Amino acid sequence: MHELAVCQALLNQVEALARRYEAQSVRGITVRVGALSGVVPELLAQAFAIARAGTLAGDAELVIETAPVRVRCAACGAETEAGVNRLVCGRCGNEHTRLVSGDELLLVSMELTA
Amino acid sequence: MCDHCGCNLTGTHERMTHRQQEAPRRHRVLPVLAELLADNDRQAAHNRAHLDAHGVLAVNLMSAPGAGKTVLLEATLEALKGEFQIGVIEGDLETENDAARIRARGVPAYQITTGTACHLDAHMLHEALHHVKLDGLDLLFIENVGNLVCPVVFDLGETYRVAVVSAAEGHDKPAKYPALFRTAHVTVLNKVDLIPYLDFDEAQFTADVRRLNPQMPILRVSCRTGEGISEWVQWLQKTLQTGYLSPQTPRDR
Repeated sequence: MHELAVCQALLNQVEALARRYEAQSVRGITVRVGALSGVVPELLAQAFAIARAGTLAGDAELVIETAPVRVRCAACGAETEAGVNRLVCGRCGNEHTRLVSGDELLLVSMELTA
Repeated sequence: MCDHCGCNLTGTHERMTHRQQEAPRRHRVLPVLAELLADNDRQAAHNRAHLDAHGVLAVNLMSAPGAGKTVLLEATLEALKGEFQIGVIEGDLETENDAARIRARGVPAYQITTGTACHLDAHMLHEALHHVKLDGLDLLFIENVGNLVCPVVFDLGETYRVAVVSAAEGHDKPAKYPALFRTAHVTVLNKVDLIPYLDFDEAQFTADVRRLNPQMPILRVSCRTGEGISEWVQWLQKTLQTGYLSPQTPRDR
């Protein structure tokens, strides 16, 4: 399960930022996980509960926003929502689309305690 | 001021009844919007630049365990022997078995044993590259840990990603593991010689792949009979000969 590795990367970033802003601790972390990112939100939450121990985010609440899969069609230009394993245009059905959102793994924001 | 505790008489206000109020804790929300895997991505970019600078085409072979990555590699090395200088980096949780098989064919191979990590990442590749002589190398195969899920998330800095799937795994692998097939540049369908003995709906397989990555070539091979190996080798030769720009990182696709 790679979600633990992702959590460790997250916490490294979070701690570095917390130190830069001279925070005493981190109260909350918001991340955005795309449906096509390869990361499972439930597993990320479980891994976070373990990985946060002993860090500045030891008591932090993790909020996971999920991002839907959206594609832009190369044929008709429409931007539509798509199935995670069916990246076809919702308007014209064409397969030639580009992913607009859905594979992101983002640290959106943090709540710091001074 | 305070007429309950008598402090105006004794002057011991703070000590007696009124605890010093703690300075209020200040909370602030800091917007960040940074990639969770920024550190891995930075390392991957470094790897990519390093490989490009040496003119090495790096191919990340990804598949479920047992799809035939190592056998495909062996067949490839046999076909390209003498024509190109090839190196291999193997990734497994345990054993040096795969690297040993490659070395037995006279090709240098370095084995990464991850212990428990279910995937390779850019830091592991960076470390491995210190043990690989890149000067004079044309082609570097990186055989990832057998896993359709975890390796997809980690850009290694490779030039191309190849998804290897065997007919024996069933035709629904692309639908079940979309992230891999979406970010791959080529799909190799292996063990096609077994299709007559399987319930493998190749039309469904192809349609499912097209709904994820319509322009990606699907190369049908059998490492056992040799079917399709020449087309796979031709794809490699064409890519090596015509020169290439490192395609975008997997997340740009």
